[in-house]
Amino acid sequence: MAPTAPTAAKSASPSQPSGKSEVADLKQQLRQLAGSRAPDADDQRRDVFKRVISCMTAGIDVSAAFGEMVLCSATSDVVLKKMCYLYVGVHARNHPDLALLTINFLQRDCHDQDPTIRGLALRSLCSLRVPNLVEYLVSPLATGLKDPSAYVRMIAAVGAAKLYHISATACLDADLPAALKALMLSDPDAQVVANCMHALQEIWTLEAAKSEEAAREIETLYSKPVVFYLLNRIKEFSEWAQCLVLELVSNFLPSDNNEIFDIMNLLEDRLQHANGAVVLATIKVFLHLTMSMTDVHQQVYERIKAPLLTLVGAGSPEQSYSVLCHLHLLVMRAPMLFSSDYKSFYCQFSDPSYVKKLKLEMLTAIANESNTYEIVTELCEYAGNVDVPIARESIRAVGKIALQQYDVNAIVDRLLQFLEMDKEYVTAETLVLVKDLLRKYPQWSHDCIAVVGNISSKNIQEPKGKAALIWMLGEYSQDMHDAPYILESLVENWEEEHSPEVRLHLLTAVMKCFFKRPPETQMALGATLTAGLSDTHQDVHDRALFYYRLLQYDPAVAERVVNPPKQAVSVFADTQSSEIKDRIFDEFNSLSVVYQKPSYMFTDKEHRGPFEYSEDLTNLAVGAETTENTISAQRYQESDNDLLLSTSDKEDNATATSNGSSASTYNAPSDLSGPSLLSSQIPSETSLINPGAPTYSSQSNFSLDDLLGLGVPQSSAPPPAPALTLNSKPVLDPGTFQKKWGQLALSLSQECSLSPQGAALLMNPQSLIRHMQNNYIQCIASGGQPPNYKFFFYAQKDGATAFFLVECIVNTASAKAQIKVKADDGTAAEAFSTLFQSALSKFGLS
Amino acid sequence: MISQFFVLSQRGDHIVFRDYRGEVPKGSAEIFFRKVKFWNDDEAEEAPPVFNVDGVNYIHVKVAGLFFVVTTMVNVSPSLLLELLQRIARVTKDYLGVLNEDSLRKNFILVYELLDEVIDFGYPQTTSTEVLKSYIFNEPIMVDAGRLPPLGPAAMFMQGTKRMPGTAVTKSVVATEPGGKKREEIFVDIIERISVTFSSSGYILTSEIDGTIQMKSYLTGNPEIRLALNEDLSIGRTASSSYDYRSSSGGGAVILDDCNFHESVHLDSFDIDRTLHLIPPDGEFAVMNYRITQEFKPPFRVTALIEEAGPSRAEVLLKIRADFSANVTANTIVVQMPVPSYTMRASFELEAGAVGQTTDFKEGSRRIEWNLKKIVGGSEHTLRAKLTFSQESHGNLTKEAGPVNMNFTIPMYNTSKLQVRYLQIAKKSKTYNPYRWVRYVTQANSYVARL
Repeated sequence: MAPTAPTAAKSASPSQPSGKSEVADLKQQLRQLAGSRAPDADDQRRDVFKRVISCMTAGIDVSAAFGEMVLCSATSDVVLKKMCYLYVGVHARNHPDLALLTINFLQRDCHDQDPTIRGLALRSLCSLRVPNLVEYLVSPLATGLKDPSAYVRMIAAVGAAKLYHISATACLDADLPAALKALMLSDPDAQVVANCMHALQEIWTLEAAKSEEAAREIETLYSKPVVFYLLNRIKEFSEWAQCLVLELVSNFLPSDNNEIFDIMNLLEDRLQHANGAVVLATIKVFLHLTMSMTDVHQQVYERIKAPLLTLVGAGSPEQSYSVLCHLHLLVMRAPMLFSSDYKSFYCQFSDPSYVKKLKLEMLTAIANESNTYEIVTELCEYAGNVDVPIARESIRAVGKIALQQYDVNAIVDRLLQFLEMDKEYVTAETLVLVKDLLRKYPQWSHDCIAVVGNISSKNIQEPKGKAALIWMLGEYSQDMHDAPYILESLVENWEEEHSPEVRLHLLTAVMKCFFKRPPETQMALGATLTAGLSDTHQDVHDRALFYYRLLQYDPAVAERVVNPPKQAVSVFADTQSSEIKDRIFDEFNSLSVVYQKPSYMFTDKEHRGPFEYSEDLTNLAVGAETTENTISAQRYQESDNDLLLSTSDKEDNATATSNGSSASTYNAPSDLSGPSLLSSQIPSETSLINPGAPTYSSQSNFSLDDLLGLGVPQSSAPPPAPALTLNSKPVLDPGTFQKKWGQLALSLSQECSLSPQGAALLMNPQSLIRHMQNNYIQCIASGGQPPNYKFFFYAQKDGATAFFLVECIVNTASAKAQIKVKADDGTAAEAFSTLFQSALSKFGLS
Repeated sequence: MISQFFVLSQRGDHIVFRDYRGEVPKGSAEIFFRKVKFWNDDEAEEAPPVFNVDGVNYIHVKVAGLFFVVTTMVNVSPSLLLELLQRIARVTKDYLGVLNEDSLRKNFILVYELLDEVIDFGYPQTTSTEVLKSYIFNEPIMVDAGRLPPLGPAAMFMQGTKRMPGTAVTKSVVATEPGGKKREEIFVDIIERISVTFSSSGYILTSEIDGTIQMKSYLTGNPEIRLALNEDLSIGRTASSSYDYRSSSGGGAVILDDCNFHESVHLDSFDIDRTLHLIPPDGEFAVMNYRITQEFKPPFRVTALIEEAGPSRAEVLLKIRADFSANVTANTIVVQMPVPSYTMRASFELEAGAVGQTTDFKEGSRRIEWNLKKIVGGSEHTLRAKLTFSQESHGNLTKEAGPVNMNFTIPMYNTSKLQVRYLQIAKKSKTYNPYRWVRYVTQANSYVARL
């Protein structure tokens, strides 16, 4: 029966209810209808109820009508009942006394003949969320769990969890968890089983903070009998409940490999499910089960590729996005395994920008010798895209690929072509990239400078691009004929330059240029320092003051600070520590993957999912663990930031804090009388300040840390190392390495092992190289295909010139490494080998 | 654990709002809407489907111009929630026949009723239209499906949303029709979305088909169905396919890279005779999704040229050739091409005797648009456009314009040659002979020609 036509017309489009008067009107109507026995009374009530709920939906406060609603709730009309219960459920908490009035009807309905009515009543009863009414809940719940109808049992199971939230003691005193557990292991209806699991997980995880018994009960959920019982019934479950079971299985620790293979064979067909959530949950099980079996783990990667790609193509853009985020995570972990699938990650016209961004990152990661040409060609197409943010990202991607490749000739050409496109944002992005590229490949400077020199700084407004151009002008001022004059014209427009970042760079660039071409820059330097000293931006002012005093103190020192000999950057640091990445991987198939953050960074303690809780509990020291993680994460980030600085900047730091142990030699000081150049232009106020030593050092620390505007905290102290300490920045060029390797005798040859996690992580050489670098062991060459990798490392004893050279062959399948050590100082070889092995064994462990 | 579920209109009005756990602070729907509307003002980017504001996770999908949203405080599986949201939209559509703002507003009480059964205390329960039937007491109020023509095999493909044309069957699964009796019928749609990228020289750079066999059953009593596909269908391209010349020559065999199936599908005899057995649940669902990267003949050849014609002028030539048989007609074709950002005016010249074609210069987004009502197989169409620039063009025009993007729908055509050989319905009685519609349609997903 459809709602009656005449009144329905009014309620049919309840688009904009008008607030207070509407509520008063509704109350009035409800009162009239409360006792009505007219034949069409129910229809009229339906109509009024509908309007009440419509107001409620729109956010209008209709709680004033509570009493009237309750009065009208005595009805046998199910649709009316449902509307009434929906209303009461929302407002009961604020009207506990009046809510009591509904209890009678609800309790009576809990014994109705019709299971649908019983279920409805029980669900509504538990949804009232009124502490005073708890006493009326317990017995219907206990009966509900034993109801002959699965529908009622299903509702009762969830009801138990609701009761726990209203009153934990009432729930526990009634021994409901035990009843739920019994039901979970025996009920013929799969949804009842699933709801019991939901309820138990929720109750026990919350309870576990207080009682050890509950913690043990959680453990039993992951025990073999329970897991296998659920797995055997998996096809009975709805797809949503299957996800629940699979999540539980991924926490199960099998006792042997046979169990692992049994589970995987059983779940194999779940990878063909049309529901992406089921597929991802299955993949999580597979990945977690095979963590300790490198070969199988890799096979899993191969196996899951196709289903994931199919899901990306099949669903709505939103569904694709979630799957792509997971694919992204896998690609970042093992780019080599996806290098032949690069075409799947090409952007499509219809992709939303959040999808395109992910794809660009994946393309960047999987670029290697075999596919770089195709990928870069494709990316260059996007660079001219109408979608400007994507065009920018594409250019950055090309740059990143250039930085990670061995052969960059072609890519540099493409980048330089971008500069010819004459689009402002393209030019700006490209300049930033060319700057980074030059820091890694100084040998390209001539080609790049020739093109960069033609770019007019007037055409670039974006601070990042402008700063990059200015950096190059300062750095390569000896090769760029016009450099001093361009810089000078930029200084003339100091006032119009809004970005402090650009002004900071301008200060440094003019300083650099001054030491390279003093006569031509002298005027500009004076003007720059004057402008800088009167700058309103604190950092700019401080840096100008610092330069000024440095020049006053000793121009030779000043030159060493701004123009030290530079070493090419070998690896630009990853922005995320491997520890955080592992943590995200552990939380596969969760929001962590989408946010690219572990859950502790975006959820508060009380809302961690059941599984995160259990992990914490096994470690007992719950609070401590989290803080420790946060701290170490910060520490990692700090050291990462540190790596982000080019070596040159680090050297700047080292010199300024005068505790650096840099091995590089400085140029002979030139006999310039810097300060006198300036004296006429410096405001008297500043020249009064006595540049005493303490002020000097603290100033320098402060401003130098931000020399490139990177906002880096003070460089972190080197971690304590065993007896032998290594130089944090040794310098050895490949030629010398080769010569030494040929000359020196073998000091040591040993076999050692990696952690299984480390072996699993070693999908490409970069990860290990980075790890070793954190331990001050540098890589000079690497190569190989899984499972065999070969590395040449070197390190230098702190404060000495002696080098250690290592050849290291890693087999990821057996998690073993063969190392050969050669040393300038043979006596220290043993100590170094121990250090090397301990560093190697820590790879992959957080 | 879902905290709240709500549906918002394009203007941000609440259409339904259900709080399951009472843990999310007030105003979440407003926070969500503001965030989605103003995600990244400068760069005009779209908000991602999943984001976190002050510890509350917002997960949403857009269906029929509406936002279907859930909020949660815990770290749950995003895919689970996104799939669930899509499913809720689909179940609602099964009930209401048409899913749009109007139908939802008229039936919001029914939607609340559905939501009570689909999610309890934040935990997903059942999403089966069939199971839900016994718990839903409201009758759907049907809305006028608009100017939809009567149901007919081909007519349906004229309407519908861009992604899912086959879903234009606007009949509620549960409601009894005005005429009284329900018509016994079943629709099987083979929908293929194709992505092709042509290089500037017309060479195919990438091509992919994302296909779905979609079913919508109005059969009573859930009879078993057998759906037979091509006998020579094979699944899984070997990794070495790059040097397997047979597979790329299009020898007739259909090779799927991969596929997945609906829960209800039994694959017992699939390996032997490529037949799917299933008892279709009520309502609409995807029987099978598949992906093909095997080369195929693209339905359209697109040629695009841009040439300088004076100091601040350029000429554009767009040509489309329909490479399919003359008894097939593509419809609602849109060809778009971004032009240099300093373009001021564009004048168009259609071919002689052009019918049902319109052109437009979109000044805001700097592109030209060419709409064609239909294209008959084998025909060729050309558009010439003269562009006037506000400044002298410099450098390479091809880097300033393009790529050309094309949108179309081709009913009764499928690119992959995947066929339903037969659709067998288990007979309940001798007179039982339900209507069966097997329909094919090909749509452009990303059909791009570079300059």
